[in-house]
Amino acid sequence: MSSSFPVLTAIIATPFVGALVVALIPKQRPELVRAVGFAATAATVGFTGWMLWHFKTGTAGMQFVERQPWIKSLGVQYLLGVDGISVFMVALTALLFFVGLIASGSITERLKGYTIAMLTLEAALMGVFLGLDLILFFVFFEIVLVPMYFVIAGWGHDRRQYAAVKFFLFTMAGSAFLLVGILTVAFLHQGDHHRLTFDLGTLTNWAPDGLSTGTSRWLFMAFFVAFAVKVPLFPLHTWLPDAHTEAPTAGSVILAGVLLKMGTYGFLRFSLTLFPKASVDLAPLLLVLGTIGIIYGAIVAAMQPNLKRVIAYSSIAHLGFVVIGVFSLTTQGLDGGVFTMISHGLTTGVLFLLVGVLYDRRHTYDIAAFRGLWRVAPILGGLFCAAAFASIGLPGFSGFIGEFLALLGTFLVHRPYAVIGAAGVILAAVYLLWAFQRVFMGRPDEATAAMPEINARELLAVVPLLGISLFLGMWPKPALDRIEPSVKALIQHVENNSNYRQPDVAKRVVRRAIAGVHK
Amino acid sequence: MILAAAKLATPNVNWLAVAPEIALAGAAVLIVLLRALVRRSRLVYPSALFIAFAGVLVAGGLLVPQWNKVQNHGAITTMAGMMRVDGFGVFLGGVVLVSTVLALLLAASYLEREGLEGPEFLALMLLSATGMLAMTTANDLIAIFVALEVLSIPLYVLAAFDRRRLTSQEAGLKYFVLGAFSSAIFLYGVALTYGATGTTSLTGIANFLAANTVLDEGVLLAGFALLLVGLGFKIAAVPFHMWTPDAYQGAPTPVTAFMASATKAAAFAALLRVFLVAFPLYRDDWQPAVWVLAALTLIVGSVAAVMQTDVKRMLAYSSISHAGYILIGFQAGTARGREAALVYLLTYAFMTIGSFGVVTLLGARDDRHSIGDYRGLSGRQPVLAGFLIFFLLAQAGVPLTGGFIAKLGVFAAAVDAGSYALAVIGVLAAVIAAFFYLRVVFAMFTRSDGDVGTATPARAARTIDLGSGAVLAIAAAATLVIGVVPGTLLQLARDATFGRLF
Repeated sequence: MSSSFPVLTAIIATPFVGALVVALIPKQRPELVRAVGFAATAATVGFTGWMLWHFKTGTAGMQFVERQPWIKSLGVQYLLGVDGISVFMVALTALLFFVGLIASGSITERLKGYTIAMLTLEAALMGVFLGLDLILFFVFFEIVLVPMYFVIAGWGHDRRQYAAVKFFLFTMAGSAFLLVGILTVAFLHQGDHHRLTFDLGTLTNWAPDGLSTGTSRWLFMAFFVAFAVKVPLFPLHTWLPDAHTEAPTAGSVILAGVLLKMGTYGFLRFSLTLFPKASVDLAPLLLVLGTIGIIYGAIVAAMQPNLKRVIAYSSIAHLGFVVIGVFSLTTQGLDGGVFTMISHGLTTGVLFLLVGVLYDRRHTYDIAAFRGLWRVAPILGGLFCAAAFASIGLPGFSGFIGEFLALLGTFLVHRPYAVIGAAGVILAAVYLLWAFQRVFMGRPDEATAAMPEINARELLAVVPLLGISLFLGMWPKPALDRIEPSVKALIQHVENNSNYRQPDVAKRVVRRAIAGVHK
Repeated sequence: MILAAAKLATPNVNWLAVAPEIALAGAAVLIVLLRALVRRSRLVYPSALFIAFAGVLVAGGLLVPQWNKVQNHGAITTMAGMMRVDGFGVFLGGVVLVSTVLALLLAASYLEREGLEGPEFLALMLLSATGMLAMTTANDLIAIFVALEVLSIPLYVLAAFDRRRLTSQEAGLKYFVLGAFSSAIFLYGVALTYGATGTTSLTGIANFLAANTVLDEGVLLAGFALLLVGLGFKIAAVPFHMWTPDAYQGAPTPVTAFMASATKAAAFAALLRVFLVAFPLYRDDWQPAVWVLAALTLIVGSVAAVMQTDVKRMLAYSSISHAGYILIGFQAGTARGREAALVYLLTYAFMTIGSFGVVTLLGARDDRHSIGDYRGLSGRQPVLAGFLIFFLLAQAGVPLTGGFIAKLGVFAAAVDAGSYALAVIGVLAAVIAAFFYLRVVFAMFTRSDGDVGTATPARAARTIDLGSGAVLAIAAAATLVIGVVPGTLLQLARDATFGRLF
């Protein structure tokens, strides 16, 4: 493959083409449907691997850029590109969908529709992370809702209608403001330059000077609502526990692993670049909401009788770390935020998969229904234990690196938030270990004793994710090397366009900070 | 004296400009004649059907030379300024004819199924379409009024065409009473405007107002306020929408599809033309009124739709809220706004005919369409369910469907014109709308056998006949193509609105 190979288009198109092929297969042939599903996700993983291999480290700019006009009269382009912030989100998406389809073996009813929905969802999510034209991004951002709605509504649990509609309406209401915001930015730019464009690069060069302080704050808030619903930030989070709990296992994995990151990614990619000054001014708001998320998510998670809800609320807490990391506006904080986005996708993915394994055997998420499972299924117990520790952020797992960096960055500039946030790490241990103890410890009761051990297919889904989390926890350098140049450039952009200067200590090479910890 | 009378000046007629209308009206007359002369022959209905399609296709074919002429040599003004064929008119004429042909296809199978075959139905539909076509190019308040009546009167009859059903009769009567009412209001508006300016020609009014200062503005303002109200009835803008749900629900479904798409296009053609050609100088006076109309239409249309349990009625409210989006484009009052309104009208025609097309196929003899009847549809009728889901998502404005491009256009126009609040109201209304579309979608996914005791009549699987299948396929393909590669349509809309006044 030559260097001009449109790999990003291939990454978006492959799952979509897979969905079209599946649509043509008669529904009496489920094995073919599965085979095409696997082939499409595997090929996407392949293209993503190729992209990672050819991704240049040490540069901040967009790579593999593709540019074509799309809607000429509105100046909308088909503009794709990837940098250190998005590259791992793409990789995570490819991986989680591959794993998600493996884990969907228990779905037999209407398999065809399910596979189509999942593959379309993958294509749309890839588009979200790769689109660099604001309208193109919005298009993908909205399309994501439709297959996700169908996955929840079609293959979810008892209260799936409520959950699916709530999910759809919350996120769509958020993106309503996003659309008006996007249009406003573009038309104000047109007013200055007599050219209508939604090119993020062009608008990034113009917006910090072109917008007045008041306007950019309004626009920041319009973008903020859309992204905050996705993250989700307190108090816009109420759709999340319902959607996570009612979705089928793979749906929850994708929701937590990828969908939530659309929000934090949006902050990084659009809010900080287009409205750097407003970001600095309004950062305290985000820090407060992020910190509330950490503590609130953890406390509520601890109180849940439903295992899946525990993990759902834990996502709110984890994403809180991402938000404070990002809005600490320090190199380390942003590094930590991006790293936590990857790490949370892996560890929460594993936890949801394992909870799915429990559900497939017992058809309940009720913690009280299980007891002493470790004795019955030691491998399952061991994996759950490892996943819980990975999620808590035990050193050696990826969760530690990310949350540590996020807290470190925050500590340098906003000490109180870091101190309160650090308490969230302890609370994470409370809710996860407590839940683990109730499900896996003790003497097995009758129903639990009859449960079979984890099978090979389920292992195949879980082990790679856990392995990568361990790998990144032990040796984060390959990831950080690719993330850091883009993060540094982003901070530089914010500094150039505001009075804000990050303290020198925060600029130090992050590797040294990590090395210091590992000594 | 007799010689002098013979010399009475008759206006020049540019036959190309009025040819499409003549083709439609001619076809309608032919059908009526056929019906009157040939009695009790089995061939009457099929040949009437053939004449109807031929008429619409010829009219459509005549729009092409019109378009070329208009694009190359500017607008054709004819019949002493009564008609003005310009890009705008031809474009909307195209929308009307596309809607007519699709509605005719739907009606053909519907009439057969319901045992309502009658050449009269086809003749009435063609006559109504003639009025609509005339309305897209009418350039004089009197001409607009005549066109309005020509389009309305056949529609009253069509709405009540299914005489066996009380709801159909009710729909016809309600539509008639309120339609007549709105015509009267419109006519009063014409009179007041004439009183204030001394002319009924739209160009004449504009010229008069540009050259003179109207000292006593009361009569003029009242005049165009009444015009707004009269046309507001026809586009079903809130608060002039009361007839819509009953008429749409009660009328035979193909008629509903026709009313929702073609009538709306024609009425918007008149509305845009009257206000943008005759009263551009009074923009500051009518723009706030349109703003309020748009906001009310959006909010009431979508909120009321949420409360419906009947799918046809829900679609009626959703068509009301669509009028709100088009009004957003109108309110902007800019070239971008007009373009967006045109794009919206065409896209909306495809989406709405597609939706009603599925509903037509699903309707039983009693024409009941409660959401419960749609339960489990994806299992029983996967193809129809798939189409309906697609059309509903398109109406909700999901990207990569025409609905998104249409909504993007009007929002862009609103933001461009500085109407941020209206844009926000529009997007939020879209969210509310998404809720009720999803409700239907979800019902189709719920298995009916699981719910004991709900009134779910076990319906025999209905085969999709050729005509309806073609309608669904065309509407879906068009909606998709507009969503994915909108370039050509947007360019057409731009060409259509390019010019001095339009």
